[in-house]
Amino acid sequence: MKFMGGFLKVTKRRDGTLTAFSIIVLLFFLFYADQNLDSYTVRILENVAIFITLAVSYNLINGVVGQFSLAPNAFLAIGAYTSAIFTLSPEEKLRSFIIEPMLWPLSVMSFPFAISLLLAGIVTALVAVMMAMPVFRVRGDYLAIVTLGFGEVIQVLANNFLSITNGSLGLKGLYPYTNLWWAWGFCIFTVFCTVRLINSSYGRAMKAVREDEIAAEAMGINALRIKTFAFAFSAFFQGVAGGLLAHLVTTISPSLFTFMFTFNLLIIVVIGGLGSTTGSVIAAVLVTWGNEALRIFEEPSNFFGYQYEGIPGMRMILFSVILILVMLFARNGIMGRSEFSWESLLQWFRRKTPALRV
Amino acid sequence: MDYSFALQQLVYGLTLGCLYGLLAIGYTMVYGVLRLINFAHGDLLMVSAYVAFFGIAIFGVAWPISFIGSVLFTALLGILIDRGAYKPIRKSPRINALITAIGVSFLLENLGLVLIGGRPKSFPAPGLFSGSIVIGTVNIPELSIWVFIITLVLLVLCVLVVKRTRIGIAMRALSRDMETVTLMGIDKDRVISFTFALGSSLAAAGGIMWCMKYPALEPFMGVIPGLKAFVAAVLGGIGNITGAALGGLILGLAEVLIVAVEPDWSGYRDAIAFFLMIIILLTRPTGILGERLPD
Amino acid sequence: MSLLLDVRNLSVLFGGVLALNKLSLKIAAGEIIGLIGPNGAGKTTAFNVVTGRIKGSSGSIFFCGRDITGWSPSKIARNGIARTFQSIKLYEDLSVIENVMIAAHSSISYSFLEAILGLGRFSRDESRIRYRAFELLELMNLQELAAERASSLPYGSQRKLEIARALALGPKLLLLDEPVAGMNPTETREFGDFILRLRDNLSIGIGLIDHDMSFVMEVCDRIRVIDHGVPIAWGMPTQVRNDKDVIAAYLGVGFGTATGGHAAN
Repeated sequence: MKFMGGFLKVTKRRDGTLTAFSIIVLLFFLFYADQNLDSYTVRILENVAIFITLAVSYNLINGVVGQFSLAPNAFLAIGAYTSAIFTLSPEEKLRSFIIEPMLWPLSVMSFPFAISLLLAGIVTALVAVMMAMPVFRVRGDYLAIVTLGFGEVIQVLANNFLSITNGSLGLKGLYPYTNLWWAWGFCIFTVFCTVRLINSSYGRAMKAVREDEIAAEAMGINALRIKTFAFAFSAFFQGVAGGLLAHLVTTISPSLFTFMFTFNLLIIVVIGGLGSTTGSVIAAVLVTWGNEALRIFEEPSNFFGYQYEGIPGMRMILFSVILILVMLFARNGIMGRSEFSWESLLQWFRRKTPALRV
Repeated sequence: MDYSFALQQLVYGLTLGCLYGLLAIGYTMVYGVLRLINFAHGDLLMVSAYVAFFGIAIFGVAWPISFIGSVLFTALLGILIDRGAYKPIRKSPRINALITAIGVSFLLENLGLVLIGGRPKSFPAPGLFSGSIVIGTVNIPELSIWVFIITLVLLVLCVLVVKRTRIGIAMRALSRDMETVTLMGIDKDRVISFTFALGSSLAAAGGIMWCMKYPALEPFMGVIPGLKAFVAAVLGGIGNITGAALGGLILGLAEVLIVAVEPDWSGYRDAIAFFLMIIILLTRPTGILGERLPD
Repeated sequence: MSLLLDVRNLSVLFGGVLALNKLSLKIAAGEIIGLIGPNGAGKTTAFNVVTGRIKGSSGSIFFCGRDITGWSPSKIARNGIARTFQSIKLYEDLSVIENVMIAAHSSISYSFLEAILGLGRFSRDESRIRYRAFELLELMNLQELAAERASSLPYGSQRKLEIARALALGPKLLLLDEPVAGMNPTETREFGDFILRLRDNLSIGIGLIDHDMSFVMEVCDRIRVIDHGVPIAWGMPTQVRNDKDVIAAYLGVGFGTATGGHAAN
C-alpha cells in the first residue's frame, strides 16, 4: 500500500506536467491559428470548441448517468437568449424590440460578456432542475419525451414572449465577443470540471445509478438527487455554450435552435462511446469537421463537368444511418467507456518502439 | 360564449382528439410490451399520408385501394423497423433502444426530405370526406363524422383483439413478464411483430385522416402529433388502450377549447401538451386509467 | 445488547395476495438472526420492506429506536442498514474497487466544487475511502482483483464483493439474502466462520436468508420461520428444528432446495 501511494504520487506529478504541457501546445496552436488562418477555418475551430463543450456535458447525463435526455437544443436556446439579453445595450433593445417594447427591468440591464455567460449558465441549470424534478421523481425514461417536447416548447415560448425574446424577429446585432480564446478557454474549463467531477465520489455515484439504480439506492445514494444534480451540471455548461454561440453568430432567432443540434450531439456521444469523455472530445472534432466536409452533398456543385444539384437532408440521412449502425453493430463507439490516460499512451509508445524500453 | 360556438368547438376538439387517440394507441401498445418509446411512431403518420397521396395523386389509384394499401404498407414498415432496428438490441440497456429509435425517426424524416422534397404537398381528399352537414348554426364536417366513427370502430376492435384473442392475451402477458412468457413457449417475436403491425396500422389510419383534415404533407409533419400522442398515452395511463383513446380526446379538446376561450393563447397551443405532461407526472404519474407503475 | 431492528406486525399486500402477514422480528447488535421458510414464503419481501424498496400495507419498522416506516431506500441505507441481493446486483461495468468505494459516497465531506478544485478535504476523503475499500477487499480476500471489472469475477467472488460493498457503508445491521447459494460445503463452512468473526469484530447485527439448513442452524442465534407470508415459528435453532409446524411446512413443499424464485422477486 505504501509503495502504491508513492507510485501514484510520482505518476500524478508526471501526468500533471504532461497535461500542462499539452495545453500550452494547444494555446500556441490557437495563437498561430488566430494570426495566420483564414476566417473560415477559424470559424470551424470555434465551432469545434463549442461542440466539444456541448458533447462532453451531454455525455455526462447520457453516458455517465445513463439518462436519455434530448434537451441540448433547448438549453442552448435558453443560454443564448439569456446571455444575449444581458449583453445588448438599452439603446439597442429600444431599437430592435419593435413589435412590443422589452419588459422593464430587462430593458435597462446590461452586463459585461463574462457575467452574461455566468447568468446564462445559472438560468439554464435552474430550468433543468425544474424540468428534471417531476420526471426523475417518477419515471426516468420519460425524460427523453419531456426533453424532446421541451425543445419544441422553447421555440413556441421564444416566438410568443415578445417582450423578452422579440418573437420571431429574434435578437440581432450582438457584439461578436466570442473568439478562439473564449471558445477554447471555456472548452478546456468544461472538460477539466467534468473530468474532475467524474473522478470524484459524485462521478462514481452517477455511474452506480447508471449500472443499477436499485443497488445504488441500497448503498445510500439518493438517485433522484444525483440525477438532478448531473442534469443541472450539464445544463450549466450547455447554457454557457449557448451564450458563446449567440455571440459567435451575432443573430439569434427561435428557428436557430432546432432538434438538429441535439441530433448532432447524440451522434457525437454515440460515435465516441457513450460514457467516455475522451470519446466525446474525439468524436466532436470528427463530426464537426465531417459536417463541414459533407456540405458539398447538399450544395450545388460541379463534378468534372457533371452538374450536381445538391440535395438538402443527405447529410442527415448519412448521420442517422451511422447512428443506427453504430448502435446495432459497434455499440462501444471509438472509446467504449475507457478514458485517455498518459500511462496507456506511454505504454503504447513503448510497445511501438522497443528500443526505448527502460 | 354562445351555445353554437361552443358546440362547434366541441366538434373540432373531438375530431382532433380522435386523431391523437389513434396515434396514442400504437404508442401505448409498444411501450406496454417493450417499455420502449418508439420515436418513429409519429413518422409513420407521415409515411402513411405520403403513400396514400402517391396512390391517388401520382398513380391514379382509386382512393379506397390507395388507403388500404397505405395501411398495409405502414403496418409492414412497422414490423420491419422492429425487426431491423429494435430486435437486435432487445437485451441491451434501454438507452440504446431509445437512441436507435431516434435514429430511425430521423432517418424516415430525412428520407422523406430527400426523396420527396420539403415543399408541402396538398392532399386531394375524396369527395366522400369533404362535404359538411349544417345543424342549426353548427357546421359539422363530414370528415369529422367519419373520424369519429372510424376511431370508435378501431378502438373497439383493438380492445376486443387484446382482451379476447390468443395473440392479444399473449401481448398482455408479455407486458407483465417477458421471461416467463418465453418460457411458456409463446413466440415472443411474433407477438411483438403483431403489436407493431397493429399499432402502425392505427397510426396509418390516423395519418390518412390527419392529412385530409390538415392537407399539407411535409416530411416533418409527424413529429408534433407524435409527441402529443405520447402525452395522450401517458395521460390515459401508459399501456392502457382505452386510456390512450381517452387521453387523446382530452388533449384534443383541451387544445381546441383553451384557444377558443382565450384566443390570445393560440400561439401557445403546441405547448399545452407539454405542460399537461408535467402536471400528470406531478399529480398522477400512472395516468387516468393506469393502475400501478410497472417496474 | 442494544436492539437494532424492531419489525412490528408487518403486512404486505400484492394485488390482493397477502405476501407477508403480521411479521414481527427483532435483531439486536451482535446477533445473527435467520429468516427461513419454503420458496415463496415472503422472506425476500421482508428484506425489501425493511430496506424501503417495497411499502408495507400495515405495521411498522423501528431501527435504533426510530420509526423508519416509509423511508426511502437510500435514507434507510444511510442510517445503517446494508444489504446484499439474492440475484447479485453489482455495478457490473465498474472495477471491483469502485464498487466498494461507491458505498462510501454518503460518508464524503467534500462538495462537488471541492472535488473539481481538488481541495484538501477532497484528497483526504478520497484516500480514506480508497484505503478503507482496500481493507475490505483484503478482508474478503479480493485485493488481487481490485482493478478487474466486477462482471468478470467468478460467481463466488461476486457474492463476496457484494458483502465488501455492503460493509463499506459502515452498517449497524447487515441483511444477507442467500449468501451461500451456489457455494460448496467447504466454502459454506468458511463463510460461516467469517460471518461469526464479522459479528464479533464489528459487533453488528446480521439478518440472513438461506436455504442451506445446516449453515443457518450453525451460525444463527435465533431463527424466524415463515410460510406463505405467515410467521409460524421463532426460537433457537434446536427449538425450530423440532417444531411440528416447521416440519410440516417444509415437508409439504420440499425441503432444502437451494435455488428457485420467490414470489416477491
